Amino acid sequence: MGEFSVMRKTASFGCLIAGLVLMIWGLAMAIGKTGNTLRGGALVVGAVLFFAGLYLFPTFKHHRTIVNIIFLFPLLFAFAVTVIIPLVLGIGYSFTDWNGIKMKGFVGMANYTRMFKQPGFIWSILITFLFVVFNIILVNLVAFLLALLCTSKIKGLGFFRAAYFLPNLIGGIVLGYIWQFIFSNVITKFTTALFDARYSMLSETKTAFIGIVIVYIWQYAGYIMLIYITGLNTIPGDVLEASSIDGANATQTLFNIKIPMIAPTITICTFLTLTSAFKQFDVNLALTNGTGSVADFMGNYLTNGTEMLALNIYSTAVINNEYAFGEAKAVLFFIILAVVSIVQVRISNKREVEL
Amino acid sequence: MKTREKTSTIAVKLVIAIVIAIYVLFPFFLVVINSCKPTDMITANPIGFEGVSIPQLISNLKDVINNTHFLFWSAFEYSVIITVLSLVLLALFGAMAAWVICRNKTKWSTVIYFTFIASMIIPFQVVMLPLISTFRDVGKFIGIPMLQSVPGIIFAYLGFGGAMTVFILNGFIKGIPMDLEEAASIDGCSPEQTFFRIIFPLLKPVITTVTILNGMWIWNDYLLPSMMLGQNGKVKTLPVAVQAFVGSYVKQWNLILAAALLAIIPIVILFLFAQKQIMEGMIEGAVKG
Repeated sequence: MGEFSVMRKTASFGCLIAGLVLMIWGLAMAIGKTGNTLRGGALVVGAVLFFAGLYLFPTFKHHRTIVNIIFLFPLLFAFAVTVIIPLVLGIGYSFTDWNGIKMKGFVGMANYTRMFKQPGFIWSILITFLFVVFNIILVNLVAFLLALLCTSKIKGLGFFRAAYFLPNLIGGIVLGYIWQFIFSNVITKFTTALFDARYSMLSETKTAFIGIVIVYIWQYAGYIMLIYITGLNTIPGDVLEASSIDGANATQTLFNIKIPMIAPTITICTFLTLTSAFKQFDVNLALTNGTGSVADFMGNYLTNGTEMLALNIYSTAVINNEYAFGEAKAVLFFIILAVVSIVQVRISNKREVEL
Repeated sequence: MKTREKTSTIAVKLVIAIVIAIYVLFPFFLVVINSCKPTDMITANPIGFEGVSIPQLISNLKDVINNTHFLFWSAFEYSVIITVLSLVLLALFGAMAAWVICRNKTKWSTVIYFTFIASMIIPFQVVMLPLISTFRDVGKFIGIPMLQSVPGIIFAYLGFGGAMTVFILNGFIKGIPMDLEEAASIDGCSPEQTFFRIIFPLLKPVITTVTILNGMWIWNDYLLPSMMLGQNGKVKTLPVAVQAFVGSYVKQWNLILAAALLAIIPIVILFLFAQKQIMEGMIEGAVKG
């Protein structure tokens, strides 16, 4: 055991004390509302000095613990401030009349009971579920077929894989506007010529919904395809060889060998398509912005025919300025998402065991 | 006989693959040709080549780049700064945290780990509204603006990206033999030296994966920056700038598509250079996540 130099001791205690003093000074100014612009800098520099002092602290026994704390701190601090504190606050705010800046009082379950009396919101839940079901089936089917195509013996496989994956690189906002152009300016040219239908698909709720599904498949299938390709490539060659020697044809091989053997991959892909379809926001915003008329739903005329949950929450809070109400919807959204994900994982695990 | 059958099915498959590729790439083609046209030519014929000219492309691009709502260079710069700094900090702090969590099997590390995993299911919508008010209040309190500021949004990405980063890194660190660290410690390495000299360099492949996953998300993210930076602020990322621009120019398709082209080009160029890494990174992230 070596001794610590006087210099290291001085440095450590100096940093610790200076750090503490700076932080206390900064906090005092912040609480005192003196408006001193140096307080932020004082807090940050103080915290850094404090950690430097802690790091130099003359101890052999606790050095490992100190390093652990310093290593964990930055990420945990950011995580707590951006996720945990807002989550707790948000659940709390959903029971109040919070308007985004301040709250006057608790309203109990009022926000929650109110949302179930709002036909537009019920509609949003329904079409979100419909969208999720469509996507799980169609994206996985298309992606799996593409994966079969991209594991066959055709030339230029690398090119095809990259090309099919390409749309996934581009953000939903940009994609949404590109497809808005295609639906309202390009496809209308064909429909006008063929059926004399001059209106854009996006102007009617049903076809606009199909439009969102099409764009979503276009964006997402290439990515899911890559995961299926990886799954298909893990099937040992001799298993496939054995099945062909036994006289299995392509369809039999597909249903009796390939699909059962990639069951874990199917689970992953279902989970990915499920959660991402639920959270869909960007394409929805850019493509239709939730518009679309519904003549009669629960006795009401709706104008938010294609507005899915995430967008409904956003417009409730940010556009209509009903923050507490939007937050209550968001909490429900969270609960739905959690329940659906857990159920999905349970079912898949069970099925995997059976296969 | 059998081989001929095989070549014919392969030919059919090739044709199908080409048709699908054309369908998938067609929107990109439309963006490119219509960015080279004046508005009236687009309305007349959006899929033809009439009216396509390079001077028109340059004029469209100029209009978009200098537009006060879009300000391409500024948005591009902010997007790059925010993405790169967030990725560097996520990789560094994420690896540090994951290493501590993985190598200390205490009650606390287990609690932290499972909190991270559980948090991955939280949709952004639940936290975004209180997040804005928290950031506003904290910013006012400490005197450093957290909204409409680059450090503020990087801090937010550190918080939101942390869980998945730690989860994936943790899975990799588990596979690194403890003997390595024990040997280093016997040789007189302090814990932090062990981490930075021995563990961190070994993490290179998995840090690439994490960086690609986080990078794709942060670069294309719209909701978080739009909430934190606002549509009319000085600081804007590319997706926010595109949205602000389209919102201000109703149906000027040649300009909207030129803006889309500008937003697409950087990531497509990156993809051409790092195609293999990006595709592998996305797969690994999905399989491990």
